[in-house]
This record gives sequence, structure tokens and C-alpha cells, in this order.
Amino acid sequence: MLDWLPENASTYGGEIDSLFSFIYGLVAVWFVITHALILFFVIRYRRREGARAVGVHGHTLRQAAWILVPTAVVLLLDVWIDARGARVWELIKGSPPAAEVEVGVNGRQFNWEFRHPGPDGRLGSEDDLLADNTLHVPVGRVVLVTLTSSDVVHSLFIPHLRLKQDALPGRRIPVWFEVTRAGEYEIVCAELCGFGHSGMSGRLIAHTPESYESWLKETWPPGGPIAARTEEGGSATP
Amino acid sequence: MIPRADSAAAGVHVPHPEPRGFWRRYVFSTDHKTIAKQYLGIGLFWAVAGGFAAYLIRWQLAWPGEQVPLAAWIPEPMMFGGHMGPEFYNVLVTMHGTIMVFFVAMPILLGAFGNFLLPLMIGARDMAFPRLNMLSVWTLTAASLVLLASFFVPGGAAASGWTAYPPLSARPEYTGVGWGQDLWILAVALEFASFLMGGINFLVTTVNMRARGMTFARLPVMVWMQSTAAIVFMLSVGPLIAAAVMLLMDRLAGTGFYAPEAGGQPLLWQHLFWFFGHPEVYVILLPGVGIIGEILPVFCRKPLFGYRYIIGATLAASALSFFTWAHHMFIAGIRNLLVMPFSVTTILISVPFALIVFALIATLWGASMRFPTPMLFALGALSVFVMGGLTGIFNGSAPVDIYLHDTHFIVAHFHYTLISVTFFASFAGLYFWFPKMFGRMMNEPLGKVHFWMTFLFFNLTFIPMHLVGIGGMMRRIADPTQYELLTGLQPLNRMITVTAVLLLAGQLALVVNFIWSLLRGTPALDDPWSSNTLEWSTSSPPPHDNWGRREPLVVRGPYEYSQPGAERLPQWQVD
Repeated sequence: MLDWLPENASTYGGEIDSLFSFIYGLVAVWFVITHALILFFVIRYRRREGARAVGVHGHTLRQAAWILVPTAVVLLLDVWIDARGARVWELIKGSPPAAEVEVGVNGRQFNWEFRHPGPDGRLGSEDDLLADNTLHVPVGRVVLVTLTSSDVVHSLFIPHLRLKQDALPGRRIPVWFEVTRAGEYEIVCAELCGFGHSGMSGRLIAHTPESYESWLKETWPPGGPIAARTEEGGSATP
Repeated sequence: MIPRADSAAAGVHVPHPEPRGFWRRYVFSTDHKTIAKQYLGIGLFWAVAGGFAAYLIRWQLAWPGEQVPLAAWIPEPMMFGGHMGPEFYNVLVTMHGTIMVFFVAMPILLGAFGNFLLPLMIGARDMAFPRLNMLSVWTLTAASLVLLASFFVPGGAAASGWTAYPPLSARPEYTGVGWGQDLWILAVALEFASFLMGGINFLVTTVNMRARGMTFARLPVMVWMQSTAAIVFMLSVGPLIAAAVMLLMDRLAGTGFYAPEAGGQPLLWQHLFWFFGHPEVYVILLPGVGIIGEILPVFCRKPLFGYRYIIGATLAASALSFFTWAHHMFIAGIRNLLVMPFSVTTILISVPFALIVFALIATLWGASMRFPTPMLFALGALSVFVMGGLTGIFNGSAPVDIYLHDTHFIVAHFHYTLISVTFFASFAGLYFWFPKMFGRMMNEPLGKVHFWMTFLFFNLTFIPMHLVGIGGMMRRIADPTQYELLTGLQPLNRMITVTAVLLLAGQLALVVNFIWSLLRGTPALDDPWSSNTLEWSTSSPPPHDNWGRREPLVVRGPYEYSQPGAERLPQWQVD
């Protein structure tokens, strides 16, 4: 079942996947136990000539133990799932590691607007690059996203990175990731945001260190004018 | 002080005589049995509409933009000669959810089964407030008309999802929908009013109208479930009504409760909506579990295993359901501090439901089982419910939910939980109580065809849907082929659509059976299944005042089957 997941490409995605398969294992066992019992009882205890049902009520503790003990096991497994979950949650959504690259992502019906820092490495300065629907990042570096929305609730979803976070108007929500494999990944909107919701997508271009350097040089040629610029005809504003 | 039900105060007076005229008898009736049938009619009407919406949605997902068969009659600007645009797709996902939760599940599970069974099971002659009962069903009728009308106003019907998240739902320019959203709020508000009145009626009736000897510990489990659902609904709906009023004010008067630029906060709606929304799941779930709990003992010829534990677990789950709402909001931008506590309470809710499931399975042990259609559907409901509960663990775990939230995995999960009760359990109940409601038996072979079509194609539709969700497919997108990631999933999407169409086609077996049995079915005995609960002690269908000149006297619990010396010991004292 988990083969259907898109191949993971982030540092923390593996943690989610392994928690996923851990829960899958537990749940599969309970699915088999309950359904095997139902099936067995249905076959074994169908009506037969001369056989009578057992009129047991399950009121005494001794009888009820048959349902109370499995319930206690469920409780223990719940605690186990929660304990593992708390650790993974803290890793992903807890305080982020120190940012190595900062980018801005803004949702606006029906585009993703990406803001890259220029050579000065600071967002909101003159040399920012604004691009609709294309985000450039290097692999192996912690990327800190400041997520905003200009209109309705959008949700930034990058399936290969196991990253999802709602963008809310009036809020600046930090979210981070670190890509492990260079390549192009789809960025989509996961929250219904209007008639253009379907197809509100962009691309994440994760560069190797070398190709990131050359992309930086192409975009901000040394000695070139320092000014806000846009890529692919984007009309992005912060 | 409220008079005790087992004193002579309850049910002694003879209520108003049976009305003679057509209107008073069938339309503006105060008889709980007629009102139950009216709720059933409303629910079945909307089930057809909601099912058709599902068909249109599935066709669009399999073959985006192509002409949908049987849809050419839908006028512009909704569809264009059977072709669908993304605006109408959003209308459909909004309306499918709204219709199925508020206008199918609640009318059938609470309105129809609750109204019909509650007085009969506790030995009352009618609901405590018969006229309020009539007002409830007519308020729901008004709600239905408003919802229907919303399709035909300029701008079309609401298109912001059944969850209506602002700011999308708060300003017409974000969706292009004007009146449609206002009418949606009005329709849902009227529906709440209807079920608030119904809930009051259920509770007062259960507390005050029980027959002599019907102590709380002898109440059939269905009565417990209906009453608990009524309490849960009444405690949870208030915040949502406040939220809906604020949304309406935002739309009509620009108040800005949800507008950040005006000092408002979109998350406020999400908190209030889900504070209601999660308990609402149990409002629907509990009556369905009640139906399973009534049917298993009859066809197992065994007492319901652990009756008191089931009721204890039900109360525990209901209380806990008020503390889990933020699991719908793990990645909505709530404070990190909130996430793990809500993840823990959510996963914890598996404990009481596991207990209930184990008790139902234990009821099957040592049984002497027969498998008429109601039993098949009850077992099917149990199986589907287990699957829905288990997949809930994935979403309840906050880190896994980062990935699964808003994907088709969630869609598959909640269809397992909700369809298990709204359709499987309701069908079980319909085949089981149809003889009591209409005085005729339903056709068995057709019922079995209906069951196998439903069970098979339901699973073939919704098991693959989990995989599509794991593959990354988002909810509420109108065209999966717009995404590179999802192109590999398209064959599976088409398969799901084919089986969903077969699932819907299988429901024709019910339609034919229902109409045929109503007109030509074998006349039913008073107690065709040999059951112990009180409703089977009166005629099929029961007279206007349920019991005639007899006053029911209850002498034992509801599930005394296969006891020493007797194959069955009915709840009522045999004259």
C-alpha cells in the first residue's frame, strides 16, 4: 500500500513514512483479527439443527474480560503511536533549524508567488527575485519558508517532500524543509480556494550545489543592476 | 421535579383521537409514525440527489471535461450540454457533502428511525410534544426547499465546500457565488433548528414517557444511542449557529469577523465549525451503531454482549468527542502547543469504539445465526465501520496527517465511517423495521442482491480511493490530469468511477424492492423476526395510539434470548 507514496525527497519525509508504515502494521493486524473473527463466527455459529445459542450476557467481569483485555491492548498501542508521533511532530513542526536559505511563498487566487532573496541573502530587499509558480532552492540546505496568503486559505503541499501547511491571510507562518535529491517537484494547493483551485500548481526546482551557483550567477550577473526582478513574466508582489 | 416514568403518570391518558381527513392524517400529522415516514421520504429524496451529485463528481474525475451521460438535462450555467466547468464541480462537492450529512444521514438515522422507534420501544403512545414534532419535520421541509432554490439563483449554489471556510465563503468575489451562499447558510440554519426541536423531543420523551417497568437499564440500546446523539447535537450546535450568524453578517453587513484586514480571524470559523463538526459525526454514528446493536441479538438469538459496557463506552466517546475537534486543523496554522494534545485525544477515542466493536463481535460468538437481509447489512455495517475506524488512526496521528490531510485518503476514510452507518446500518434498519412501518415484508432475494451489490462495489470503490490519496491526490480538485504527479493514478481513478456507478446502480434493487413491497409485499406478522423489544408486541403497522386499550408493561431487559428454560423472553408481559 505504501508503494503508492511519491518517492520521498526531504530529510524528514522518511520519518513520516516510517510512522505511516508503523501504524499500517498495527492497523493491519487488528483488521485481520477482527475480520477473521467475524468470518469464523459467521461460519461456525450459523444456525444448525438442534444447536442452541449461548445466552451469555457479558455482564460479569469474568465474561467482559474478553472485550476489556483487547481494549486495554488498544489503549497501550495508542500510547505507543502517540509517543512516536510526538517525536516526529516535534522534529518537523517544532522549532525549525537555523535557516540557510530564506524564501517567501504567497498564495493568491490561483498562483503561488515565490520570492527569492538576491545576493544579499535577505528577503524584502531590492534585489529579490519574484517568480510566479517556480521556486529555486539548493539541495542539502535548510530552506525556511515564510508562508502568506493574499486572499483566501490556500495550502502549500509538496508531496515529494511530505510538506503541507495552510497559508492564511493576515498571518506569516514559518515552515521549513531540506531537499535531499536534486530534481523538479510539483507544488500544489491542497485547500479548496475557488474555481481555479484545480490546477493551482507550481514547480520546485531543487538544484545541486553547482547548478544552484550557476543559477544564482545567471539570475544576478556580477556587476548587473541591483533591482527587483521577475521571472517568466510573473507580476508577483509581496 | 420531573415525574418518574414508571409511575402511573406516563401513558395513561388516551391521546387525541385518530384524525380522519387526508391532510391531517398524512400531511400535517402529529403522529410520530407518520412523521418518521415523512423524514424517511425527505432523506430518500435527498439521497437520490446526493447520489447523483456523487456520480457527476466521479465522472468528472475519471474523464475531466468530457460529456457526462444522463446529465444533458442540467441547464446552463450549471452544465453545458452535459459538460462541466470547475465552478459547478465546486458546487457539486459542496452540495454532495451538505446533502449527505445534513439532509440524508440526519433525517434518516435520527428523523426516521428515531421518531418511529423511540416511542414504540419505550412503550409511549407518541412523542412528548407531537406538535413540536410536526414543526420539526416542516422546518426541515423548508430547509430542503431553500437548499433546492439555491441552485437556481444568480451566481448559482454555494461552492466553498461543505465546511464553508472563510474568507472563501465570506466574500462573493472569491467564488462568484452571491445568494447561493446566503441561502446555504439559511438552509443549514433551518436544518439545525429542526433537529434542535427534534432533540428536545427525543430527550423529554425518553426521560418522561417510558412505560411501566421500562427502567433505564432496560432501555434498548437504540434508545440510548438516539438520546445520547440528541444530547451531543444540542451541546455542539450552539457554537456553529453563532459561527453561521457571524458568517452571514460578514457577507451581508461586512462585519469582518473572519476578515484579517478588519481585525477578524479565519481560524475562528474553523474552530467553531469543527467544535460542532466532530461531535456531529457521533450524532450520525450512534444511531447507526444502535441499529446494529438491535439487529445482531435477534438474528444471533443471544443477548447483546456487554450491554452496560457498550453504553458506558458510548457516553465516554461522546464526552471525548468534544475535545478532538482540532484534529481537522493540525496544519491549519494553529499553535504548535495544541497539536499533540488533540492528536492524543483523537487516537484515544479508538478505545471506547474498540470496546463497542469487540462487544458486537463477541455477540456473534456462540450464536445461532440466521442471515436475512437485515442481518447481512448489519454485519456489513460492522465490517465497514471497523475499516473506517482503523484508517482514522493514520489521520489522527498528527505527523502522518501532514501528508494525508486534504487528500483522497481522508475522503476514503470518512466515507467508510459515514457510509457504514448512513447506508449499511440504515438499510439494515429499513429491511428490519419495514414490516412494522408499512405492514408488509420486503422481498428477500432482491434484498440479498441489494446487499451484495452494495457491499462488493462499496469496497471496490473506496479501498482504491485510499491508494489514490496515498499517491497524493488532493480533495476537491476538478481535474487530476492537470498534475504530473497524478497522471499515473488516472487508470485507478477511472476504475473507481466504474465501480461507483455500479454501486449506485445496485441501489435500484432497493428502489424496486421498496415500491414493490409497499404495494404487493407479503403482509407482515406482528413479530416477524421473533424479537424481544416492545415495538414487536403491537400490530404491524401499529394503531394510531400504538397500543390500543392495552398499556405496555415491561418486565425485563431487551435481549433475553436463549435463556435457561426459554428460547426467548420478550420485554413485555404476555397477557
